Amino acid sequence: MSAEKARVLVVDDDPDFLEQMRIMLEGAGHEVVDASGVDEAMEMLEEQVPDLAVLDLMMENTDDGFVLAHRIKSAHPDLPVVLVTAVTRETGMEFDLSREGGGWIKADAILAKPIRFEQLRREIERLL
Amino acid sequence: MEDLELRLLVVDDEAGMRMAVERALRSFRVELDDLDVRVGLQTSGVESGEEAVEIMESEPPDLVLLDHKMKGISGLDVLARFEDSDLDLLVIMITAYASLETAISATKKGAYDFLAKPFTPAQLKASVRNAVGHLLTAREARKLQEERRRVRFQFISVLAHELKAPLGAIEGYLHILKDGTGLDDPAVFERVVDRSMVRLQGMRKLILDLLDLTRIESGQKKRHLEEVDLVEIARTSRETMEPDAAAREIDIAIDCDSDSLCLTGDRSELEIVLNNLISNAVKYNRDGGSVTVRLRRAGHMAEVSVSDTGIGMTEEEQARLFEEFTRIKNEKTRDILGSGLGLSIVRRITDMYGGEVSVESQPDVGSTFTVTLRADLSEEGE
Repeated sequence: MSAEKARVLVVDDDPDFLEQMRIMLEGAGHEVVDASGVDEAMEMLEEQVPDLAVLDLMMENTDDGFVLAHRIKSAHPDLPVVLVTAVTRETGMEFDLSREGGGWIKADAILAKPIRFEQLRREIERLL
Repeated sequence: MEDLELRLLVVDDEAGMRMAVERALRSFRVELDDLDVRVGLQTSGVESGEEAVEIMESEPPDLVLLDHKMKGISGLDVLARFEDSDLDLLVIMITAYASLETAISATKKGAYDFLAKPFTPAQLKASVRNAVGHLLTAREARKLQEERRRVRFQFISVLAHELKAPLGAIEGYLHILKDGTGLDDPAVFERVVDRSMVRLQGMRKLILDLLDLTRIESGQKKRHLEEVDLVEIARTSRETMEPDAAAREIDIAIDCDSDSLCLTGDRSELEIVLNNLISNAVKYNRDGGSVTVRLRRAGHMAEVSVSDTGIGMTEEEQARLFEEFTRIKNEKTRDILGSGLGLSIVRRITDMYGGEVSVESQPDVGSTFTVTLRADLSEEGE
C-alpha cells in the first residue's frame, strides 16, 4: 500500500456503500469525502479537487455514473475515476475499457460490486 | 360515445346476396354501452373462397360472412385454412340449407355464428350485432390482460431490485468483516453489525408489506367486519411506535372529540392504515418533533389525519408518493429505511372503504396525511 494519504471522493446513493468505502479507505489511511448524488458531487468538486473519485454507475437515474464521470473528466482530465457497478453480475452486461468502443466511457477503472478491499487497494495504487 | 368502423367481408358467389348484405348493413350501427363505442361496418365482397383466403391472409377484416356452398373451395374449406391461426376475426357461416351437420362442422372449425338462407335483414343484423359485441369485448379483455401482465412484470423487476439492495449492502459488510479492514476500531465493528441488522430488518419489513399488499390485492383474505374503535387502534399503534419515538424525543398525541370513534370494518386493515401513517410520521420527523393523530367523524365518513413536524416534501415529490416503491430520495431521507409500499397499501385499503387519502406538505415544516373511511362498510352503496 502506498504510504501516501489520498483524498477520495465516493459517490453513491446507497448510504451503506458509502459507509463501507469509508471503512475500507479510512482503514487504509486515506481521507474520504462522500456525496449521494451528481449535484452534490459536483458541488464538492468545486470546493476541492480530490486525488481520486469512485462513482457508482447507477444511482437514481440509470446513467448517472456515466454522466458524472464524463463531467468530472471534462473539468479535471487528470483526476482518476473508478466506476463501480453491480450491473455486471445482474445482467451479464460487461463494460470493458480496453476494448474498442469503450472509449466513450470516461473512467480509468471499472470494478464490480461487492468491492473487495484487495482489488480496491490495487486500483488505487495503480492510479495514484 | 366513440365511433369505430369495422371491416366486414362478404364471401358469396351470388352477387345479389353480396349487394343485399351491403345494403342492409350500410347505415347499421351497433352501440356497445359497456365499451362506450358505436360501431359502423365497412362492407366489401368477394365471390369465391380462394379470394376470401387471400384477403384474410393479406389484410384480415374484422368479420367475415362466409357462404358455405360456392364454386371452388367451400366455406368450410376456408374455415379449415384458418382453424389453427390466431387471426383476430369472427366468421358467421351462411348456408342455403339449414343443415345441422354443416353448422356443427363450421362451429368446430371456429365459426362464431350461423345464418341459414333465406334470412331477413333483421336476422342478419342480430347476428352481426352479437359478433361485434363478442369481438370487441374479447379485444378489450385481451388489452386489459396485457396491461396487467406489463404492470406485473414491472412490479416484479422493481421488487427484485429492492430485495437485492439490502443483500448487496449486507454482503459488503460481511466482506469487511472477513477482510478485517479498519476493524481495529470497536466503534467501526459495531457500526458494521448494526447497519447489517438494520438492512435485514428493512428487508423483512419489505417482505411483510409485500404479503399485506398481495393479500389485499388478491381479495383472498377473509374480511372480518366488526365494530372497530379507531381511537383504540391509534393508541395501540402509538404504543408500538413509542420506543422509536422516545429514542428521538418525538411526542405522539391522539386528538379526538370523544373517547371513541367507531366504524364497521376489518380491524387488521385499519391497523395497517394507522400503523403506516404513524410510523411514517415518526420516521420522517425531526428529533424532538411531534406527531398528532386527529380522529373525527364527518357525516358517513370517519376522518383520520396524521400530522408531523418533519422534513416535508415538495409538490413534485407529493405527486409520486402513492405509487408502489416510490421513496423520496434526498439528503434528508438517505438514512431512513422503508419498503416504498406503505402508502400504496394505505391507498388500496382506503379505496376499499370508499374513501380517499391525501397529503399536504411543506418542505422542512411537516406533512399531514388525511384518510377518509366510510363509517359503515356493511351498508352497500354510498
